[in-house]
Amino acid sequence: MSTIPLGPVLDTAHAPGDGARVVEPKTPALLLTNHHHLCPGCGEPLAIRAIAEAIEDLGLVDTAVCALGIGCYTSFGSTVDIDLVQCLHGRAPSVATGVKRMLPDATVFTLQGDGDMVNEGLQEVLHTAARGESLTAVLVNNGVFGETGGHMTATSVLGQRTKNTIEGRDAEYHGYPILIGDLIAQLEGAAYVARGSVHNAGAVARTTKMVRRAFETQRRREGFSFVEILTMCPTGWFIPTGEGPDYLASTLGEVHIMGELKADGQIRTTEELHAENVRKAAELEAQLARGGLED
Amino acid sequence: MTTTTTPTRALMEGSEALVRAAILADCRFFAGYPMTPFTEVLEHFAALLPDAGGVCINAESEIEAVGMAWGAVATGARAATGSTGQGLALMQESFSEATLAELPLVIFNMSRSQGDYFQATRGGGHGDYRHIVLAPQDVREGVALVQLAFHLADKWRNPVMIYGDYLLAHTQEAVSVERVEFPPLPEKEWAVDGSRSGTGRSRSVTPLGVTKVGQRHFGQEGKAQYIATKMAHVEREARAESGFCDDAETVVVAFGSPAKFVKYAVAQLRDEGLRVGWVRPITLWPFPVDAVRAATRTARIVGSFEISSGQLVDDVRIAVAGVAPVEFIGGVSSDHSGFGLGRLLDVDEVRERIRALHEGRPQPPVPGYEEFTYEPAPHQLAPTPEVTP
Repeated sequence: MSTIPLGPVLDTAHAPGDGARVVEPKTPALLLTNHHHLCPGCGEPLAIRAIAEAIEDLGLVDTAVCALGIGCYTSFGSTVDIDLVQCLHGRAPSVATGVKRMLPDATVFTLQGDGDMVNEGLQEVLHTAARGESLTAVLVNNGVFGETGGHMTATSVLGQRTKNTIEGRDAEYHGYPILIGDLIAQLEGAAYVARGSVHNAGAVARTTKMVRRAFETQRRREGFSFVEILTMCPTGWFIPTGEGPDYLASTLGEVHIMGELKADGQIRTTEELHAENVRKAAELEAQLARGGLED
Repeated sequence: MTTTTTPTRALMEGSEALVRAAILADCRFFAGYPMTPFTEVLEHFAALLPDAGGVCINAESEIEAVGMAWGAVATGARAATGSTGQGLALMQESFSEATLAELPLVIFNMSRSQGDYFQATRGGGHGDYRHIVLAPQDVREGVALVQLAFHLADKWRNPVMIYGDYLLAHTQEAVSVERVEFPPLPEKEWAVDGSRSGTGRSRSVTPLGVTKVGQRHFGQEGKAQYIATKMAHVEREARAESGFCDDAETVVVAFGSPAKFVKYAVAQLRDEGLRVGWVRPITLWPFPVDAVRAATRTARIVGSFEISSGQLVDDVRIAVAGVAPVEFIGGVSSDHSGFGLGRLLDVDEVRERIRALHEGRPQPPVPGYEEFTYEPAPHQLAPTPEVTP
């Protein structure tokens, strides 16, 4: 289990005063079907939902165009009701650039996996950010090539077992993972950079907020916006389906720390986010020790 | 095909004329990466597109350039990219997939010689696809063919390449860049703009066999079949011209700038009374099989003059289909930089090669390269053993 809380810590010691109830129906209207072809326990549908909800909440539906990468999530190209430009592996940021330059009023976003963006297309996303293209890049990062069956990517963490790092990723032999958000945050053209996750309800809520902020950044034409979303891949991680969220928190989540890496002109490194999370965790523990959570 | 706008001749570089023609054809987006001899095409787009309400991006690599053009074309805009051999090699994955995605992309290929004929016509990328390839012989024709390229790209929803060279890109000609009018084309219903998102009728521009739920589903193999059967129809766009072929005993095939030299040399030989003729493919794909066959029907020998080690000659042999022997009479020849065309592209050289073909003599050596003829080592001449069990 992680020692670092990756989402809000809820006091679950007592039952809530009012029972659970449906406040409003929450099936995203942008889905053409509720069916998908992904594995049980996959985190990508939650990430797609976060994007769809952010677009709906901001009233941007009839301006939305997606430049989609190649990975498991590609199957959503046919089930999400958004104008789509399917891209080759790694190329979505350049394609989105062409779309946005011809349609300056559209809400243009890419959706890529870590293999697509951080392996194959690393220079494309960096150049697009440096150019300050007014578009949003969304990365679904599970630290593995899920579609090929669980192979190491540039974001796989040290020690992670994959089909081509059977004994675990070894820095000396396989090199170190790339913290893509940190790289992008350093670029002048990047206006908003955040890293979220979908391993628990709190994380999903925070991530949806990040996606919303990214789209708002685009609408204000402030520059390039980027949201990385850590997603579960129990199939590619070779673990039981139900263990996905905990595995995410204790492996990927320990390295690719959740938080806003660049917002309102302020850059924060993953190390700083880590330190902040540790401090917050200590504070929360102290509050709990004092008898309950403060507001 | 009629022309409008008042013709005003001005002396300008080939690259500039081609770019002005593209903008006249409503090209509003260009992305490219500098590389000789294509660089000036990028320079002129960068200089001229913004004033025309367009965008030219100095892409960080050829792969990004073609990606950007892919995105621009997907919005329904007329857009282009370009480069020369190596840079185009980097773009090939996108070219083949753009064909499956039915993207009307225009590609400016300012090649270093004619050795990229295979790359252009055979598809340097993966899979089963074809591009229309137009090869202007000079700047004046380039102005028309660039506009035809944008028209054909939209007409067939297929990439179209302009195959030029150092000479076309850099020659200054007094040229008038006039708009060529084409028949109207249907609206681009397929292009994305976001307006249909959330309506249940959102669009999908994709090389894959999958589309939106509820829309026509191809599957990968269905998509491949769909594109293959489209290509059979595109073959009707083949174009060529010929001269002195009615009674020619010797016919020379050539394309692009070298064809202009061949036409001149053949005219000189006709003045001497030699029964020689020429035929020039204007589309390299679809290859003008019928025109080449018709032009060579009286020939007892056919020559392929090209600045390469012999690539066009393959298509000429397929077209002539054994009716007459086909000989390669060109050669590898560049300037000392490797970017431009070399000493073989000279009217006297070309004329003497055609004369040698006509008289059944061996071809003279390509000037300037005698010392670089490959000599195999003894181990290379020794037979390689059979290994099949």
